[in-house]
Amino acid sequence: MLEAYVKERRKERDILLMTHIVLGYPSFEESHNLVKTMVEAGVDLMELQIPFSEPIADGPVILHANQQALAAGATVKQCMDFAGDVARSYPIPFLFMSYYNILFKYGVERFAEEMNRRGLKGAIVPDLPPEEANGYLRAMERFGLDPVFIFSPTTPDTRMGEIAAVGRGFIYCVARKGVTGLDTHFTRQLEEYLARCRRATSLPLALGFGVKNRTDIDFLRGKADIAIIGTQTIRLMDEGGIDAVRAFIEGLR
Amino acid sequence: MIDRGYHSGFGGAFLPEILVATFEELERVFREAKGDPAFWREYTDLMSTYSCRPTPLTYAGNLTRHFGGARIYIKREDLNHTGAHKANNVMGQGLLVKRMGKTRVIAETGAGQHGVATATMAAKFGFQCTIYMGEVDVERQRPNVFWMERLGAQVVPVREGTRILKDAINEAFRDWVGNMDTTHYVLGTACGPHPYPEMVSYFQSIIGREAREQILEREECMPSRVYACVGGGSNAMGIFSGFLEEPVELVGVEAGGKGLRSGRHASRLCSADASVGVAQGYKTYFLQNTDGQMLETHSVAAGLDYVGVSPLLAHFKENGRVRFEAATDQEVVEALALTMRMEGLIPALESAHAFAQAFKEVSELSRDEAVIINQSGRGDKDIFTIADAFEDPAWKDFIRKKAEKTHA
Ligand SMILES: Cc1ncc(COP(=O)(O)O)c(C=O)c1O
Repeated sequence: MLEAYVKERRKERDILLMTHIVLGYPSFEESHNLVKTMVEAGVDLMELQIPFSEPIADGPVILHANQQALAAGATVKQCMDFAGDVARSYPIPFLFMSYYNILFKYGVERFAEEMNRRGLKGAIVPDLPPEEANGYLRAMERFGLDPVFIFSPTTPDTRMGEIAAVGRGFIYCVARKGVTGLDTHFTRQLEEYLARCRRATSLPLALGFGVKNRTDIDFLRGKADIAIIGTQTIRLMDEGGIDAVRAFIEGLR
Repeated sequence: MIDRGYHSGFGGAFLPEILVATFEELERVFREAKGDPAFWREYTDLMSTYSCRPTPLTYAGNLTRHFGGARIYIKREDLNHTGAHKANNVMGQGLLVKRMGKTRVIAETGAGQHGVATATMAAKFGFQCTIYMGEVDVERQRPNVFWMERLGAQVVPVREGTRILKDAINEAFRDWVGNMDTTHYVLGTACGPHPYPEMVSYFQSIIGREAREQILEREECMPSRVYACVGGGSNAMGIFSGFLEEPVELVGVEAGGKGLRSGRHASRLCSADASVGVAQGYKTYFLQNTDGQMLETHSVAAGLDYVGVSPLLAHFKENGRVRFEAATDQEVVEALALTMRMEGLIPALESAHAFAQAFKEVSELSRDEAVIINQSGRGDKDIFTIADAFEDPAWKDFIRKKAEKTHA
């Protein structure tokens, strides 16, 4: 489903934008304003992170946002309600991003059922490799949701093929080693990596980790289908509030 | 199907994609080493020359007479170099690092024990070394920070989350996902993604192998019970592994903190506050809320103050092979005091949990039975923590004067 959406949308735009927010940071009200602003500024998809106390793949900025959201009392139930609300109100696809324990404790089957009921389209679970994902894959399939899986520069070609075989929607290509929020060098090497990803799958490719300005996005045109912006908008929100986020996203196209 | 380290559904390897290749390499190198008889010889040789292996099994005659029940033996892991069983795991992983050709090691530490052990290993083998330690533990275990730095390690205080052991583990993972080409993560306990639980237990099994031989030599029969404290579970897995196939009751003792109903403890296998979850790369019992967010833990012993527990021990909980109990901070301090006065031994606060539980039970056993308590580490290096736990007035006075002098 997401795959068709991305391919259709790509006929009009040479690269799509997916943004990432941490639900409940700095508050649910602000999260809502962020969604509204981002959609109005032309974002094509959004990743809604359900905060988790142990986000091992996230760097300082997103880690801090997770902790603040939890300290302010964010619950999974609130995140579900919020997601249902924005999915109903805005015309773009929304995905959940969280760590596996959140799904596991909720009950993977029940989690998928809820996602479907609330109009979400897919999920990204960075600590759930395909080898551990049987139950998750079954539940996502059953409820017509796309499990988005991850490629990294250390993933060998054969494994990319195996991952692509179970992934749906698009592939999340991690740009480099390290956690979220560090700098990425948009170089020849990254281009070669994306070409390797391209050969491994016909699914759309989304590139994330370290995308932070128009130059980065220009680099990605023609090499990836979706540019993912995570840490940078959280940083901007912290520094300049919602207006800074709007100006930033409008400037990316 | 590739072995993903599952036992009764606990274990697994919930890894971010970027680390999958690193774990494949680690698994391969560990398997090769394990299958190579020369490797275990190299390991035991190292442990008998650099550390103090085999460590003795001490008969505690005075404690035995005091309780009037089973004969009490104490396995002396405190006599390892750096004062705890942590050296067993660290030196073993150090040999694997050499095989992998990596040049840098990182580790988390709670009590500081594992950090100090890793720093000595790094110094000996010529590796760069970074240790992650929760800010709360940096405060509690300042002397260990001093030693790590003197040994050439960089100590990074972790200010995220609850600022204790689990947060240090998260930070070590965050370092590792960026630096795995040069760096090995020396995880300090039998937790984490496969193959860590098995690998750490393998190196710690040296405790059980020795203890089994030693008790047979002394008693000519198996002990009735073996006691070990359980933080992540490595010293317990180590000593239990020598007795798994025997009719020996194995008792794992968790941190009861202020009591199992206080919400201030670190008991995952015998409190209702824990449930099965997936975090830090593996599936086990965690102290977590209904949403799956990890809870704060508490123990007088920093080394037991952890939200998760070895998936191998969760498996033994499930199949009933190990009995799990909890000892409170209060009981632990009392057991420590008694052991010092009666035997002249100074167990670490962590180890004193095993003593406390054994003391509750040995009188029930007959005089011709024997029990072993694993003294996983020594307490004299924890002088600040133990002196605090005892609220020793003369010590407080000393600290005050020392502080004045430092300021002068
Ligand atoms: C002396 C001592 N005993 C026990 C532990 C707990 O660890 P484990 O359960 O892995 O043996 C620690 C941890 O730091 C320790 O320092």
